[in-house]
Amino acid sequence: MIAELGEIVAEKTFVLTRDSLVRYAGASGDFNAIHYRDDVAQSVGLPGVLAHGMLTMGLAVQPVVDWIGDPAKVLDYQVRFTRPVVVDPVDGATVTVVAKVGALTDAEIRIDLTVTFADQTVLGKAQARVSLA
Amino acid sequence: MPVNPELQGRVFAPTAPYLVGREKIREFARAVFATSPLNHDPEAARAAGYSDIVAPPTFPVVVQEATLQQLLAEPDGGIDFSRVVHGEQRFSYTRAIVAGDELTATLAVSSIKTLGGNAMVTAESTIVDQTGAHVVTATSTLVVRGDE
Repeated sequence: MIAELGEIVAEKTFVLTRDSLVRYAGASGDFNAIHYRDDVAQSVGLPGVLAHGMLTMGLAVQPVVDWIGDPAKVLDYQVRFTRPVVVDPVDGATVTVVAKVGALTDAEIRIDLTVTFADQTVLGKAQARVSLA
Repeated sequence: MPVNPELQGRVFAPTAPYLVGREKIREFARAVFATSPLNHDPEAARAAGYSDIVAPPTFPVVVQEATLQQLLAEPDGGIDFSRVVHGEQRFSYTRAIVAGDELTATLAVSSIKTLGGNAMVTAESTIVDQTGAHVVTATSTLVVRGDE
């Protein structure tokens, strides 16, 4: 696989709707009501229903998986949750992922992910180490 | 009650074995927009050298969940779930999870730090397969907000 330091290897936009959140709740088992009920989200001081942080983390690595062609080549994946993704009931939320080579050795590549929603970064230190073996 | 600092270093009982189903992997893959054939098609997965379909990288959260429930339910832990925010998450893999795996997770609280009235609880869930071999370690940092 040919890649250079600083090269953007993948870029993708995802549109999250309330349906996406319900689907992720069922698949993951995280049924916290702030992810599907406006009244509950507002009662705890949130601006609205939020996407699960783990959903954002889960989709953000997918462009990397598609680029390397094998989910099992991911050796390590970490993120810091810095800002919430508020999902509008009508318009949803558009999340953009840019995957860039942050470090490179003969054996592996560290991909640094920039994940943005409404022009702001929502994940910090989002890094995936992938095997070149 | 604030978070009990004595939680640091505590190791919990292993969770009941979790049998990873093929349809569960497909369901999770659809939910995280994972479209790789290795996540969906057993023949593609076998052709790539796996015994069955491969789970997306964040799938271990499904198995980890049971360990976090143990932590939140700890009688002397003092963690109020309504004040918990997910701060950080990490997965360190020895290998990917595949359908048919039977996984057991063991939680250890690796650190508790207090920062500006908030408590940061870092918990490591070590996930092994039916032979006892390491599959993945899932590490969560939970931020427990203090009183305003």
